[in-house]
Amino acid sequence: MAAEPVIEVENLWLKKNNQVILEGINLRVMPGDVYAILGPNGGGKTTLLKVILGLITPDRGTVRILGGPPRERRHLIGYVPQLRTFDFSYPISVREMVLSGLLGRKAGLLKTFTDADTALADKALATMGIAHLANRAIRDLSGGEQQRAVIARALVGDPQVLLLDEPTVFVDASTETRFYDILENLTRSMTIVLVTHDIGVIASHVTKVACLNRRLYTHESRELTEDMVKEAYICPVDIIAHGQPHRVLRPHPPEE
Amino acid sequence: MTVLSLLSYEFFQNALLAGVLASIACGIIGTIVIIRRMVAISGGISHAAFGGIGMGYFLGIEPLLGALGFTIGAALTMGELEQRAEQHMDTLIGAVWATGMAIGILFIYLTPGFAPDLFGYLFGNILLVPQGDLLLMLVLVAVIVITVGLLFNDLVAVTFDQEYATVINLPVERLMLALLVLIALTVVMLIQVVGIILVIALLTLPAAISRECTAQVKTMMLYAVLFGIAFTTAGIFISAFLNIPSGATIILVSAAAYGIVLAKKQFE
Repeated sequence: MAAEPVIEVENLWLKKNNQVILEGINLRVMPGDVYAILGPNGGGKTTLLKVILGLITPDRGTVRILGGPPRERRHLIGYVPQLRTFDFSYPISVREMVLSGLLGRKAGLLKTFTDADTALADKALATMGIAHLANRAIRDLSGGEQQRAVIARALVGDPQVLLLDEPTVFVDASTETRFYDILENLTRSMTIVLVTHDIGVIASHVTKVACLNRRLYTHESRELTEDMVKEAYICPVDIIAHGQPHRVLRPHPPEE
Repeated sequence: MTVLSLLSYEFFQNALLAGVLASIACGIIGTIVIIRRMVAISGGISHAAFGGIGMGYFLGIEPLLGALGFTIGAALTMGELEQRAEQHMDTLIGAVWATGMAIGILFIYLTPGFAPDLFGYLFGNILLVPQGDLLLMLVLVAVIVITVGLLFNDLVAVTFDQEYATVINLPVERLMLALLVLIALTVVMLIQVVGIILVIALLTLPAAISRECTAQVKTMMLYAVLFGIAFTTAGIFISAFLNIPSGATIILVSAAAYGIVLAKKQFE
């Protein structure tokens, strides 16, 4: 029996101001996939995520999340928006922010958080390795810690799939390795769609790769051909090669 | 004139009570206005109130009731147009701000005779708050406190990250409209205290100061209410002793406190 796709995008087109932003996108994310979507800035990566989440209505084509329309099913997705869209000066503690991820499943007018909710929030924070920061204000955290807190907010509702938009932009070099370890741990237990312009992020645990630059160049394995990357980026870049366990990038030429 | 003799006057007691009621509203709503950066929207809503006051004079009804209608109308119009007409909020604020004032000016021109308390509505006169207005303020405070209490977690989620709130299927549109209506109610309360033109100062200054003291929305609201009570009370006393306009005095006391807090922060 074939499993149902977690996310299915069919022949999706989106125009804005008479410019084609997304052109004939087909994408199928299966349970257990760790799907990396690469592409240059302005290639439509964030827009594609927003169409998948039903935040933007496409001109043509369909999106299904676990077989249903986005607006009815998007609460099953753990969405991790780009960090630069946040107002981190907002007076809110890390735990409160993570708890807000549970609001969608509460009914009625007065939505209060129970001890069980707090336990879920603290568990999500522990998964991200920042349980000790629960009571801190988000404005007092480093970029890398803020990023982990935002992922914890997505995890708290026990989502079917995690949608990460540029999760490494603000991660500081000192905590980068630890951050990738945590991401790698997550990939063992959940379906993940990861969008990034930084192809160095692609590590060995990615199962599928696609390039997005208005069109989506898919490839049903973690192998990425030079032609795909060239087409998507227009100019040649480093490509991902087989056989290297941690960084699947071709090494940079030695510095002059 | 001593403090005790002042306190024995009913008009003075009313003024202090009005200050406390207004401070509760502006502490709670002002906090959200500050953290969500809605100061300009609040300015638009408060100036639109002038249209309602003019209409009140023209039709011979209570001007504050006219203001209530106009502020809620302006709030809902801006909220709806931002979502439906894809206009920048900035542009809508400019349009609503000036249109409200223009309607007010026309109505007052068309009203025969003289509009007696016009100056009070523009610049506030807390020492002349009638008993009936106190009752209206009490009802509005109750509505604001209960609504924010019920929707607190939702309002925090939607003002912190509107897009994420949409993704987890919170009723974002309705929450934002509710928030705009709450701002409108608060503005109507503050008109009596500091007047249409000075409303945004009282809405923002206490909350801006309390923001420097805490990183929690609830605590920020509490501090903002207390600061507001302190500033209005001090302003009322100073204006009574020196016989100067009360609204302007309250604002200048608040602004002085804000200046001191900012200066202290600079030297830390």
